[in-house]
Order: sequence, then C-alpha cells, then structure tokens
Amino acid sequence: MQYSVLLATDLDRLIQALRAEGYQVMGPTLRDQAIIYDEIHSVAELPKGWGDEQEKAHYRLKQREDGAYFGYAAGPHSWKKFLQRPRRPVWRAQKSEDSLQIVAAVETVPAMAFLGVRSCELHAIATQDRVFTGDQYRNDSYSERRAKLFIVAVNCTTAAATCFCTSMHTGPQVTLPCDLEMTEVIDDAEHFFLLRSGSAGGERILQQLPLHAAAQRHHVLAQSAVSNAVRQMEQGPRNFDSSDLQALLYRNYDSVSWDQVADRCLSCANCTMACPTCFCSTVEDTTDLSGDHAERWERWDSCFTGDFSYISGGAVRADTRSRYRQWMTHKLATWYDQFGSSGCVGCGRCIAWCPVGIDITEEVQSIREAEKR
Amino acid sequence: MVPDIYRIASRTEEFPGTCTLGITPHSGGRAGNFSAGQFNMLYAFGAGEVAISMSGSAQDGTYIHTIRSQGLATQALHRLREGEFLGVRGPFGSGWPMEQVAGRHLLIVAGGLGMAPLRPVIYSLLEGKTQPSSAQLFYGARRPQEMLYTGELQRWQQALKVVTTVDHAETEWPGQIGVITKPLGAATLDAENTVVFLCGPEVMMRFCIQVLLGKGVSADAIYLSMERNMKCAIGHCGHCQWGPNFICKDGPVFRYGDIRAWFDIRAL
Repeated sequence: MQYSVLLATDLDRLIQALRAEGYQVMGPTLRDQAIIYDEIHSVAELPKGWGDEQEKAHYRLKQREDGAYFGYAAGPHSWKKFLQRPRRPVWRAQKSEDSLQIVAAVETVPAMAFLGVRSCELHAIATQDRVFTGDQYRNDSYSERRAKLFIVAVNCTTAAATCFCTSMHTGPQVTLPCDLEMTEVIDDAEHFFLLRSGSAGGERILQQLPLHAAAQRHHVLAQSAVSNAVRQMEQGPRNFDSSDLQALLYRNYDSVSWDQVADRCLSCANCTMACPTCFCSTVEDTTDLSGDHAERWERWDSCFTGDFSYISGGAVRADTRSRYRQWMTHKLATWYDQFGSSGCVGCGRCIAWCPVGIDITEEVQSIREAEKR
Repeated sequence: MVPDIYRIASRTEEFPGTCTLGITPHSGGRAGNFSAGQFNMLYAFGAGEVAISMSGSAQDGTYIHTIRSQGLATQALHRLREGEFLGVRGPFGSGWPMEQVAGRHLLIVAGGLGMAPLRPVIYSLLEGKTQPSSAQLFYGARRPQEMLYTGELQRWQQALKVVTTVDHAETEWPGQIGVITKPLGAATLDAENTVVFLCGPEVMMRFCIQVLLGKGVSADAIYLSMERNMKCAIGHCGHCQWGPNFICKDGPVFRYGDIRAWFDIRAL
C-alpha cells in the first residue's frame, strides 16, 4: 500500500481539495464546549489543540499542548446524524373530493465528505449500512447519502477512558474500507499526517496535495502513535473479553442485575441518541389547518420511551428494567442474529453521556458476577 | 416507501367499533397476491398507519381488512365510508405455512380479533386449495355480539368443524360459555398428525399452547401470529423487535418450536 506524508501545515489543502471536488466537508468543530461534527470550510474550524477528558457522566474539553487536530476521542454527536437524519420528511399527501395523492418527499442529497472518521465510527457506519441497505428493503434517503459519501478516516492516537474499541475489535487502527486513511503524528521536530488512499476518489484527491515520500521513520512514528491508543485502552478500566457476550446475555434475561440498573436508569434515551448504531425511528403524521394536506415525517426514536412498544392494551415494555434490558441485549446479543455483528462498537458515548453514569461495560461485568452467585 | 391509493369498495360494521373494509386499487398497486397470515400497512389520511392482517381470499382482487377502532389510526380508518380513500403498503411478513396442512389434521384456534388473520386459511379450505385430512375451528370471543363473521360460520361448517365459545353471554346464547381452553382441552386429537394455527391475545395463546402441548402436540406443529408496535413494516424502525426477531419480516407467523424461548420471557 502506498503511503505519503502530508505536512500539518498543508492540511487545509485537503479540505480545499474536497470542497473543490464538490463535497460538503463535515468535520470536528468546537461548539458548546464539546467536539461537534458540522460543516467546515477551512482548517481554522478544526479543534486544533483540543482533547477531552471522559468518564461516566463526564465530558470536559481539555487543552492539549501539542496542537493536534485530531487529539480528541468520540464526542456527543456521531456521523449518524448526516446519514440517518434525526428528522426527515417521508411523504406528502393531498386529499380532494374524489381522490387522495401521496407523493414521496424529494430530498436534495448533498455529496458529503466526512473528515476524521475513527475506526469505531467506520464500524458504526458499516453496521447501519447492514440495517438500512442490507436487506430486501432499503432506506432511500440513507442509501443516497451513503452512496455519495467520501470518508477520510483518522487512526486514533489517544483514547479516552471511556473508549473500549480494542475489546470490541473495532479499532483503533482503521481496517474497514475508506477513501483516505490518515494518522496524525506529532513529535518534537515535526507534525505530519501519514496517509494513503483507499479508493479511486481518494487517489484523485491525493494527486492534488503537496505530498512527500513516506520514509521508514514516518511509519514507525505513526505505528507507535496508534499503539499508544491501544496501550491506553488495554491498561484502562474498560478492557474486557467480549467473545461470549451474546451467550452471556441470552442466558441472563432474568438477571437480578436488570433490577439494579433499573433503579438508576432514568429511561432518558441519551444513550440511544449518542449511540452511533442505534437506528430506531418513529413517524409523525400531521395535517395542516385546511385538513387537505398531510405530511409524514420520520424521526429518531428510542426504545427507552413508553410509546415505543405500545400496542392495544398498553406498552409491552412498561418498566425501565425491560427497556434497559432490551437496549443492552439488542446491542450486545440479538444484533448478532439480526445483522451478523455486535451492535456495539466500543466508542463509549453511552457511558459519557448517561446522566447517571451507567456504564455498559460495568453492566456486563455485573451480569457476569450475578450469574456466579 | 409510499403507499398506493385504494378505494373503499365495501364496508360492513361487524359490531360497534369494529368494521370490515373491502378495498380496491385506485391508483398504483394491484390487490391480489398475498399469503394467508400476511398484513398490509393501512394509512388513514393525516392520522397514521397501522398494520392490519389480510382477512379475505387471496384471489379476488380486493383486500379485505377487519379493523377495531382503538388508537388514532384505527379510529380514522373506522370512520371511513364506502367510496373514500386510504393508503396501502404491503403485503408484508410471513404467512401461515399452508404447505404443512395437506393430509394432516388442521386445528385453527382463534381468540377475538385473532379470527381475522385466520379467515384466509378457512377460505383456502373452502376453495379446495388446501386439503387437510380434517379440520376444526375453535373460536372464542368475549361476548356473542363481538364474534366476527357470524354470517359465514354456517358455510364454514362445510369445510371444518366449528366450535365457538364466549366469555360472557345472555341466556339465549346456544354455544359454550367460558375460555377457549376448555373445549380445546376436551377435543379429541390425533396429536402426532395435527398442525395448529393459533391467533389471539398473547395470554390466550399462552394457555392454548399449554393445553396443546399437554395433549401431545409437538411445539413444531404449532404456528402462531404475533403482534407488536410497528411503524415501517420493513425492518428499519426497530419497533417490532422481539428478542432477535423482527415481527414485521421474520413474522408475524412463527413456529412455536422456534420462538418458545422468547415467548416465555415477559416484557420482551
């Protein structure tokens, strides 16, 4: 594989090349004291020199001393919001005396380039691909956005305490297909990106950049930077064996653990909103005041709401215990049956953004312990 | 997926709050090809969509749906009159395994509105398309007035033995009173050669299955139809998940032997 070196001072050239190719470039920005993915126009909007500190129910930005562009871990938003829209029109209907017409909502779908997709996030996108495009029916909105997507993946060189991709085998080294893959390297003397293309489109962008030949030392530095993230996770608090999760959860629908977590869980749905793979949605049907025009909108939904499982007679999952059990068992167990992989990519968002600090990795442990008793 | 527009060709009030609509394509769509046990998503203008099972014959170019007015969407569907329009997506889901029926004893067990998705099976018997060695219907309802398709029961006797029971009745009710498990338990069955199609409230299905297993019917010979909240019917919205299953695409008809582990978990 052909690797090249892009100096950090030339990073803007990459953004401008993508923009010149017609892509709307989406990347990390600083907003509301968090790293938020949004449209970016130049390198000036990237969170240069910012990292983060994450723990259960805790997220704080932290100034780094090294001026890294991608020195942060997963923030509250994921790329999901650009592919599976949080809210989107599905159809419009019109009624008259002698007919009814229903017309699909037409979207202008932009060609987007995601800058800074981490390995766990590539896995999350691949996971949603299987949900929305992998079976008999496709989600057209998602499919079109996905088909036009250009992905610049970035290997992680720092892990937050909430990260556990090594346990889920989803990172930190990028292994899934992407258009460009880069590793940011900063040492005493230099700040550069080691990069390669993974597609014809990626190659076309590379050709427009002021690249330098990659020497052995560039590779060594890049590899050591990624190893740093691996080491942080392996020595961190959330390193565990995930190989038996499906069987473990299938055995433990009646675990006392569910009662304990239900005592703390607020059923607030934050974990499902922050999760990059949670795909559930609901629809809203409305009419205007004339009563002749109706619309259907789709929006994100969560298995933590009471409405979610409502059927005639009441909600099937009436209590928090059954809702948390559904969420976690789906994520770590039934997902394998449905889509052939885990639904969890180990990004840790649900841990940081749970207002009461429920930690999915701790809950796994708790179920394990309860089973032994 | 945008619904096709259908027109209401016929409307019968089965009993107050429950009607049966016959709908034909107005623009787009072609009613017809479906398997007994499948369902459509019916859209009432501006009010919402709801999964309603097929209740007619698979042959006659019309979809027949029986709807109980319950939530916003079903209330709006129930208000529709002949000549009015609705949206239809479908058919979706797995059907009853009609290929299992030939040469075996078919036992149909229905509770309340659960009769609706089983009627196409009975039509298939009447039309001679499915030929069991013998067939029986056990049909329970809350009250005689809430029994569906009563005008047809007599004709059904040509194809199968019909046993009805109601939970409550006035003195003039000639049939049985009590839950369906009672006559079901008293039935004589060639357990090894029986296939069961079961649909009704979950608690009713639970007890019927106990009776059937007790009579020696194999878990793999019992098929049942499940209901869960459903928004998309195409496996994307996540609402109808039931353990690893999506009711919309893996069901709604399941073989009990395949899902018994899930069926026994409450609030799944």
